Amino acid sequence: MAAHAKAGRPSGFNRIGAGEKALRYALLLLVLALTVSPFLWQLSTSLKSLDEDIYSRTPSFLPEHPTLANYAEVARTIPVWSYAVNSLVVAVIVVAGNAVGATVAGYALAKLRFRGAKLLLGLFLATLVLPGEVTIVSQYVTVRGLGLADTLLGVALPGAIGMLNVLLMRTAFQAIPPEMDEAAVIDGATVWQRLLHIGLPNVRGMLSVITIFAFIGAWDDFLWPLIVLTDPANYTLTVGLQYLNGTFIANPRLIAAGTMISFVPIVIVFAALQRFFFRGVEEGAIKG
Amino acid sequence: MTHRRWFTPWLLVAPAALWLCVFNIWPSINTVVLAFTNAKPLGGGRFTGLENFTRALDDDQLADALLNSVVFMLVCLPLLVMLPLLLAILVEKKLPGIMFFRTAFYTPVVASAVVVALIWGWVLDDRGLINGFAQWLGVVAEPVPFLTDRWLLLFSAISLTIWKGLGYYMIIYLSALGNVRRELHEAAAVDGAGPVRRFWSVTVPGVRNTMLLVSVLVAVSALRVFSELYVLSNGTGGPGGRDMSVVMLIQLYSRGFTGHLGYASALSIVLLVITIGPMLLLLRLDRKAA
Repeated sequence: MAAHAKAGRPSGFNRIGAGEKALRYALLLLVLALTVSPFLWQLSTSLKSLDEDIYSRTPSFLPEHPTLANYAEVARTIPVWSYAVNSLVVAVIVVAGNAVGATVAGYALAKLRFRGAKLLLGLFLATLVLPGEVTIVSQYVTVRGLGLADTLLGVALPGAIGMLNVLLMRTAFQAIPPEMDEAAVIDGATVWQRLLHIGLPNVRGMLSVITIFAFIGAWDDFLWPLIVLTDPANYTLTVGLQYLNGTFIANPRLIAAGTMISFVPIVIVFAALQRFFFRGVEEGAIKG
Repeated sequence: MTHRRWFTPWLLVAPAALWLCVFNIWPSINTVVLAFTNAKPLGGGRFTGLENFTRALDDDQLADALLNSVVFMLVCLPLLVMLPLLLAILVEKKLPGIMFFRTAFYTPVVASAVVVALIWGWVLDDRGLINGFAQWLGVVAEPVPFLTDRWLLLFSAISLTIWKGLGYYMIIYLSALGNVRRELHEAAAVDGAGPVRRFWSVTVPGVRNTMLLVSVLVAVSALRVFSELYVLSNGTGGPGGRDMSVVMLIQLYSRGFTGHLGYASALSIVLLVITIGPMLLLLRLDRKAA
């Protein structure tokens, strides 16, 4: 893919006719409707009052009398806010762990020479072949052995330094020209100073991509917390929502309110940071 | 690069190396070890030889799960290789507002699979949006059992996996499209090739490697499916538990009184065996691209 040379772009070819433009926007709006409408439908359901017939064959898209009562009711049914806090605790540990752990390791692997570096790199790479689900049972045995079964730390710890993130940070640090480091070495800068003042400012794009993904991954994760957590008081939001779904299937309004509590924060985080995300993508962070 | 103390690099890689050992290498070894024992969530752990694997050969649920995975993969592959490419071409041109569309199309990717499955569970419910509308139109007299029929449930899970995956693969294609040489498009256009012709003879060959990469990613993720089926079937695995995936079986045996960590580990090795082929291919592609 990278083998193709970037070609010059004559401006004339970029102009498109009005007809094509209209067609493109029509298609964009069609896909937008398909993408966004299920979320809006759920939002609308979460705001519909008990008097409104949500099972009608011609339900109205907008709530007749919008109410936040379902959000209060879902909080009475399950401790949804403390589930949100639990999810946040896990996400913060995972983000912090990756931001620090993957960054320093990526820097050492990219910029420092030491015995065993090649072997270590090979092992990091080898883990990528293994889908996480393959080791999830013995992962649980390990976490239980550490005395962390049914704890949030047990949920957060295994993902706190992602092997893929180490490799991505290494790639980002490698793109920094060696001359910059050499100049700093001559000036007597230590490894730590070089990492902080030369390394970090040049890998901000990749760092934001891995932290955004670490947050989203931890917040959205379901299988692993489902295995680690037993006590409903410790549930994260995703596990708590499935629990709600299993217990109180009768009222879709409550499940809708619960899903919105899980969905809205992640959309806000993503919308706020999408600039960094798409820039990071252009730098080639996402190839799988 | 030079550094004064020999241990400085090791200090920096120490946390990651520790995680590598404790949460990757050791569990991998332990999975293989456990697979030959009768370890239970509460005690047990005697060596039982190949017992777990002979049990797996006889396990009807595993046979169903493997069949489901194959169906999942066969439906997802063509759709998730082609549709996101078309979508990427649609959002490639920098029209006003295009960033909004790109971000919006990516939204289902950042949503949790649980959230997505709960939303679609309501849309596909017997009394939900689609069934209500279909009955209002008179297309069907009775609600379509999207979530309670063995095959319809599987296809519902497949549909929402595709819906959720479009944006993810769109972004991968988008970064690949930037590398397709523009003169080729121009030359083809000058020669009188229409958009369809140019798609097949310029774009597709230009992103061939990416299509291969996406195929591998789609295949592996189809084999790993869990949350969509779990939530849509409310943890039951559908009618008669016939809509299980391999990962759902692993989860089932990992916990509780019916738990059997040894058997769950044997199932994990089954999962490894079916995913290793595509995964190795992925690693080779990655090397070539780097």
